[in-house]
Amino acid sequence: MVTDNRGYAPDVRARLTADADQILARYPEARSALLPLLHLVQSEDGYVSPAGIAFCADVLDLSRASVSAVATFYSQYKRRPNGEYTVGVCTNTLCAVMGGDAIFDRLSERLGIGHDETTEDGRITLERVECNAACDYAPVMVINWEFFDNQTPTSAVDVVDALLEGRPVTPTRGADTVATFREVSRVLAGFEDGRADEGVGAGPATLVGLEMSRAKGWTAPAAASGETAEPEDAAGPDAQAAGTEQVGDTGSSAEREETTPADESAEPVTKSEEKGSSE
Amino acid sequence: MTTLAPILSDIWDAPRSWTLATYTEHQGYDAWRTAIQTDPTDLVNAVKDSGLRGRGGAGFPTGLKWSFLPPPDGGPRYLVVNADESEPGTCKDIPLMLANPHSLIEGVAITSFAIGSNHAFIYLRGEVVHVYRRLLAAVREAREAGLLGTNILGTGYDLEVTVHAGAGAYICGEETALLDSLEGRRGQPRLKPPFPAVAGLYARPTVVNNVESIASVPTIVRNGVDWFTSMGTEKSKGHGLFSLSGHVTRPGQYEAPLGITFRELLDMAGGVRDGHSLKFWTPGGSSTPILTAEHMDVVMDYESVGAAGSMLATRAIQVFDETTSVVRCVSRWTDFYQHESCGKCTPCREGTFWLKQILHRLEAGKGTESDVDLLLDVAGNIEGRSFCALGDAAATPIKSAIKYFREEFEQGVHTPAWELFPYEANAAFSGATA
Repeated sequence: MVTDNRGYAPDVRARLTADADQILARYPEARSALLPLLHLVQSEDGYVSPAGIAFCADVLDLSRASVSAVATFYSQYKRRPNGEYTVGVCTNTLCAVMGGDAIFDRLSERLGIGHDETTEDGRITLERVECNAACDYAPVMVINWEFFDNQTPTSAVDVVDALLEGRPVTPTRGADTVATFREVSRVLAGFEDGRADEGVGAGPATLVGLEMSRAKGWTAPAAASGETAEPEDAAGPDAQAAGTEQVGDTGSSAEREETTPADESAEPVTKSEEKGSSE
Repeated sequence: MTTLAPILSDIWDAPRSWTLATYTEHQGYDAWRTAIQTDPTDLVNAVKDSGLRGRGGAGFPTGLKWSFLPPPDGGPRYLVVNADESEPGTCKDIPLMLANPHSLIEGVAITSFAIGSNHAFIYLRGEVVHVYRRLLAAVREAREAGLLGTNILGTGYDLEVTVHAGAGAYICGEETALLDSLEGRRGQPRLKPPFPAVAGLYARPTVVNNVESIASVPTIVRNGVDWFTSMGTEKSKGHGLFSLSGHVTRPGQYEAPLGITFRELLDMAGGVRDGHSLKFWTPGGSSTPILTAEHMDVVMDYESVGAAGSMLATRAIQVFDETTSVVRCVSRWTDFYQHESCGKCTPCREGTFWLKQILHRLEAGKGTESDVDLLLDVAGNIEGRSFCALGDAAATPIKSAIKYFREEFEQGVHTPAWELFPYEANAAFSGATA
């Protein structure tokens, strides 16, 4: 897929290389830096560009195909130039039922674009997004991954109109204003932008149980004067021999040679351990 | 009657609740100062004795998981916090980290020390940028205060904490997919065993725990095991965040001892929205079998929800009233599982695609007579035949919804769901406010 081999200009490359060095320093093994590096590339180009893929491949000594394979797996990495603002409407079940479908339809009509499309002026990319962990504020819209809670079609159109006119917009829980796609991508690469202290600590729904507790005088049990429990026999259960199938992604550490004594044993499998961990 | 018990949520209403200054005013890092002077084995045993179970869905005993690490061999061991909260309906870890990231960081420090790790990772989903800002700032503040980094509090113990942003993939909440993703790969699950405790991140012994589990550790250390076990039921100890959403009067976070009933929680949330009645609900996100109005008095602990035919999981209680089409809901959940199936194994990759097609035609009133049985057949061939729990999860809403509302699916042979249950009636807004 990568046909454009032109790399970055020398000054850009030098700047990105310095950033990449900082990212790599966070991890014991270099390849772990790939996801943040892809966010970094998006902060430069507004999408995962061919030059960006080549850059990541060079930094990590991977093939471009390997980098592309990873980039295409994750929905936040864009294969085409993204709008300055990604407007995401949650249309997973709960938000959809609470009005998310109607909000998406209204925005789609207002902007004249559908899912994963960008306005001609390059300002807005519209997306249906999956559950963004704000169900108690449904229906939810996220703009460049900042929360706009309890939306209606009208409120959502108002926000989008402001973006189209170049006016700043303020999330309900987030920074004072929504940063651009490139700025946010740089944060996601792990570089602080000095805005952590902006915005609220918690929105109303987050506090509803706490406020009820305050009003009714409900508290957690008082701490006992004692301390942590007496230690018991420290030895864990005897390890049992376990399967040795090596079936991780090719090249993943699940495929490694057995190098430690621990490789030869594992604890028994329980059903409860396997269930419901996709969270 | 059970009352709420704000513990994790207790300082969320404080001014600048996310800062180190606020946290330390509320006994923050006291537990860390104690723990770092404690024998790590005692810490592991305390968490074992507390009965704390994984708050990310599986409910596996946290201390037991820690104790599965093999004896130190001189090489690195890792703590990885699963902050990839993406299960539909689940919305507790994100507000926790936004309001008080230090409670997680303190738990990370104590846990890392307890398991002998010098490098911990917090894998945060990438779609919550302000939470990422808060976590990065919290780690920086803690490091500057000497609570993380090298020679912490003069003890000689070193701990690096890396906060890592994902890039949008539900499957990365599965712990081994998370590890592959953290290694810079496509997030696809690994076959277990070996479990991460034996061969996890970089094939080294690794503990993977949920945000709320780890954030619950400092108060156990500070207040003691007896304090923790004074809450909850026999096998489900302690407290947890219950997240109510959907057609309730006051959706939000309700922190309570495990063992509170669904009826009590729903009452606290002001009941189903005015003028409406309960139709069905999920106890712990979309991957847990739905329950109905018959189950109002279910005790919300692991065992009782299990006995009722579902799972406590993440305590993500999504409430749907009588205006809602169960076919529409299941169809949309299935879209989600199809979209998020990682493609590694055939039953899940192909099966979710088939399920989606069947449900779309049933929702549109264009199903065939055999479609309901076909759904059950396909779902049954995914469940238990997939690499990870995502395949099982995809089958779950379908099987449970047909169990309770089969006739509604059968109506999909002739009548669209939006005619049976006009969608406008579901929304949180209507004409004037829309």
